[in-house]
Amino acid sequence: MARLILHRLGGLLVTLLLSSMVIFGSLYLAPGSPENVLFGNRAPSAATRAAVRHQLHLDQPLPVRYWDWLTGALHGDLGRSMVTGQPVAERVGAGLTTTLLLVAMATVLIALLGLGLGTLAALRPGPVDAGVSVATSVSVTVPPFVASTVLISVFAVRLGWFPASGTEPGFLGSLHSLVLPACALALIACGFLARVTRDALREQLVREHVQTAEARGLARWPLLRRHVFRNALPPVITAMGLLTAGLLAGTLVVESAFAVPGIGQLTIQSVAQKDFPVVQAVALLLVAAFVICNAATDLIQALIDPRLRAAGRNT
Amino acid sequence: MTDATPLLELRGLGVQLPGDGGPRAVLHGIDLTLGAGEALGLVGESGSGKSMTMRAITGLLPPGAQLDGTVRFEGEDIAAMAPSTLRRYRDRGVGMVFQDPRAHINPTRRIGSFLTEALTLNRGLGRRAAQARAIATLSEVGIDEPERRLRQYPHELSGGMLQRVMIASVLLAEPRLLLADEPTTALDVTIQAEVVGILDQLRRDRGLGMVFVTHDLDLALAVCHRVAVMYAGRIVEVRSAERMHEENAHPYTRGLLGSRPAIDHRAERLTAIPGRPVSAFEAGPGCAFATRCAHVQPLCRERPPELAPFRGGLVRCHRVAEIHQETSDGTSSQEATA
Ligand SMILES: Nc1ncnc2c1ncn2[C@@H]1O[C@H](COP(=O)(O)OP(=O)(O)OP(=O)(O)O)[C@@H](O)[C@H]1O
Ligand SMILES: [Mg+2]
Repeated sequence: MARLILHRLGGLLVTLLLSSMVIFGSLYLAPGSPENVLFGNRAPSAATRAAVRHQLHLDQPLPVRYWDWLTGALHGDLGRSMVTGQPVAERVGAGLTTTLLLVAMATVLIALLGLGLGTLAALRPGPVDAGVSVATSVSVTVPPFVASTVLISVFAVRLGWFPASGTEPGFLGSLHSLVLPACALALIACGFLARVTRDALREQLVREHVQTAEARGLARWPLLRRHVFRNALPPVITAMGLLTAGLLAGTLVVESAFAVPGIGQLTIQSVAQKDFPVVQAVALLLVAAFVICNAATDLIQALIDPRLRAAGRNT
Repeated sequence: MTDATPLLELRGLGVQLPGDGGPRAVLHGIDLTLGAGEALGLVGESGSGKSMTMRAITGLLPPGAQLDGTVRFEGEDIAAMAPSTLRRYRDRGVGMVFQDPRAHINPTRRIGSFLTEALTLNRGLGRRAAQARAIATLSEVGIDEPERRLRQYPHELSGGMLQRVMIASVLLAEPRLLLADEPTTALDVTIQAEVVGILDQLRRDRGLGMVFVTHDLDLALAVCHRVAVMYAGRIVEVRSAERMHEENAHPYTRGLLGSRPAIDHRAERLTAIPGRPVSAFEAGPGCAFATRCAHVQPLCRERPPELAPFRGGLVRCHRVAEIHQETSDGTSSQEATA
């Protein structure tokens, strides 16, 4: 197991390093020179431009700039925003708390509703199953921006239960104002997870080892807990890992719709303003979140399945 | 319960499963009784309904199945049992050894969990006590280092060992009736005899009743007191194992034994029965075996034969007396073979 963890950790670092190169390189190749952001509409003299480029280290070759950036990043220095002059770490940090809270709330919703509905549908064939199936089919077709619009018009504008945009001060205020964004963010994932859960449970319910447990006279709940739920976990965990990672991408849309000051909004702003240091940091953060979700999924998978654990030992 | 009450009694047992275009019969009018401590073999080709009979005995039919007739365990109709009584019956009354231990044991849990869960969950036995009993029983079925096995996972054990674990799990529950559904078919040939030997020995030691399902009539004759031969969801012959070789009477039984009737000279050496086995729902109005029988007459296709006494056993065949006459005379028949 420890080997497996080290193995995954190594892979994680390599992936992050490679993606940081790709991100850095692709921004370098992007049209328009970064210093133009500073000049705006003005056309600077060649000397001024050269001076600015020198100050921003833009006159150095790519590998040197990458190296400088990387060593800085490892020390927590991600450079300064070209738009506001604030340290990038500070800008990203401010949004990160809000976004993590949003993603956490959405994840809880997905886990509760997705797992709950999926389990209900699996254990109650007939009308209940059919009803859940209709609900999930509809939910997976509603894109987040539509969900956001509907939620805002009903619960914010008409009923006035939640704010339509921005966040309220304080932790409870944040929680309260993130309810609608979290719902909009979670909707599709809930539907997917409910389906995956239902199918995984159905598959296990008819397995031979469940028949053995029934033939031994185990009561229903211990039987489900020991021989159905646990065995149905792998596809469910995989789905949850992918969906959670996907939530971060979803925050781009939802945070813009609800004007939530999080990473999603920051990303869109910085891209529009060509604020390269911020875009770099945010892009890397998204990649990191994806990679960490995947690694966590694999580790949990190995914890559940003794055969995978054994496989990890041999590689 | 009086002494006369059999351990297990099937009366007119029928099972219909939902199929396209209405229910399909897979079992039809099964009558069987089993005394305490008696071993009964259930023999037939694939699809004859042996496993379904076992499922009916434990009350574990597939969803949508319709049950006719009765299954009585120690006189009690299992279809009429309350859920808790039924669970208790499955826990202590009957134990099932399945064909494929690798599929029938949860791969994600340790052997120890598999062996002790029924004791701890159903009977409230402590973990340590249950483990001690599991260790003792593992030794009984011939598994070395039983303490270590408890911590292992199913994939770490060979098929033969896993089947012993399965047998141990059933013995741990101390049932009065053992059901073994082709317990060695999924195993390596070299260890099949060993596993059957263990099962047979422990059954005798504990005086358990057993229904032993197999394709192999000779194996059934070796480990059972009585053998019932099934074809297309019906019992076609029941006879004591001792008398089976001398007195077998049904053409299907003879086919299984490889002792084809002497009248069919051309096929004398043919051990397999020609033709394809039919399912219960495919059988016509007459005898289900008529499509493959060398002795078929118009009557056989019209009217279903009854299971009737014949020379110390029960046989379901219209022509059993004639066929016996012909073969014991040793004379060639004048009638044409079908
Ligand atoms: N779950 C099921 N749904 C529908 N039909 C089934 C089901 N299980 C079994 N059957 C059918 O019931 C009949 C009897 O099957 P059964 O499994 O009892 O045969 P068997 O004698 O045990 O055969 P085998 O030697 O291959 O194990 C077969 O025709 C089979 O196709
Ligand atoms: Mg079978």
